[in-house]
Amino acid sequence: MTQNPKKYMNPYLGGVLLGIVLLAANFIAGRGLGASGAIKSVVVATTQAVAPGYTADTKYFKEYHEEHSGPPLKNWLVFQMLGVVVGGFASGALAGRLKFRVEHNPKITSRRRLVFALLGGIFFGIGSQLGRGCTSGSALSGLAVISFGGIITMMAIFGGAYALAWFFRKNWI
Amino acid sequence: MGPLSVNEIISPNTNLFLAFIIGIGFGFVLEQCGFSSSRKLAGLFYGYDMVVLKVFFTGGVTAMLGLLFFSLFGWVDLNLVYINPTFLASAIVGGLVMGAGFIMGGFCPGTSFCGAAIGKIDAMIFIVGLFIGVFIFAFGYPLFEALYKAGDMGAPKISSMLSISDGIFAFILVVIALGMFYVSEWVEKKFPREEY
Repeated sequence: MTQNPKKYMNPYLGGVLLGIVLLAANFIAGRGLGASGAIKSVVVATTQAVAPGYTADTKYFKEYHEEHSGPPLKNWLVFQMLGVVVGGFASGALAGRLKFRVEHNPKITSRRRLVFALLGGIFFGIGSQLGRGCTSGSALSGLAVISFGGIITMMAIFGGAYALAWFFRKNWI
Repeated sequence: MGPLSVNEIISPNTNLFLAFIIGIGFGFVLEQCGFSSSRKLAGLFYGYDMVVLKVFFTGGVTAMLGLLFFSLFGWVDLNLVYINPTFLASAIVGGLVMGAGFIMGGFCPGTSFCGAAIGKIDAMIFIVGLFIGVFIFAFGYPLFEALYKAGDMGAPKISSMLSISDGIFAFILVVIALGMFYVSEWVEKKFPREEY
């Protein structure tokens, strides 16, 4: 890299700003932030487009439509996640952090990093369905509205990661 | 007054447009805090970078206090704000599975989109994994359904579970957060730290 990227924001200032964004979501839409819900909507929309007969009589997809009105892509979280990509890109551009690369601990190979990234994504994808939301939708947004389930999920996410940290330490330290 | 969309002060389409704007703010703040870097995020679990804890709890506490004050001023009706339902077994198992995903993949879903937005290929692969995971859940739903629906408790607040007011719980949480921030600053001094 020819130029040094800018430093990150002070985390407490960043936290207050994040809190204001989350408060705005609740004030405007009556709901918190989320990420995995958008993925679920895209999965439902994709499956419907490819195999409409299958989704029409499969329970998971029927239950999705009982809980959500309208077409799956016309969904609050889908629009919010499109914004996340734009906002993340804008921040990275301003800070000089735009670059295609595999970020990993120099002690491991890129290949190993990517294998674990894929595995981690699969686990997180399944877990977010059971948890009815991920770190954003269940843990953070649940914390803001002091939801019992959200706070339980939050403790399980961080507790689970700490419990397994020793086994995966070579990937990170 | 609030929530604006629930009270039909703004139209459903305006609500979707504002979702996009809110998302921009969300993504911008996450990236500015360094959440586009898996090595920075994973620092939480090894003590070399506690940024996740600081941002997460400052954000959660700010929004929680904001909602309580908005409610006090009559700006938002908390009865109309969505509260995540509690299915105890599913919440715990799902959380543990997500924890495993976090320590392996170094991202969570929201942060992986931030990382992908600035070109992190590991974040893009993580997102591929997320889709595979959600597809596995969707197609394997009969296997997961019993666990998914076990222990339905409705949508209780933790304050009502403890029989205390929302305000008292908020105060306790602020004190806990301040304690964790103090410990985080101390822990970071104990472990060598690099910026990623």
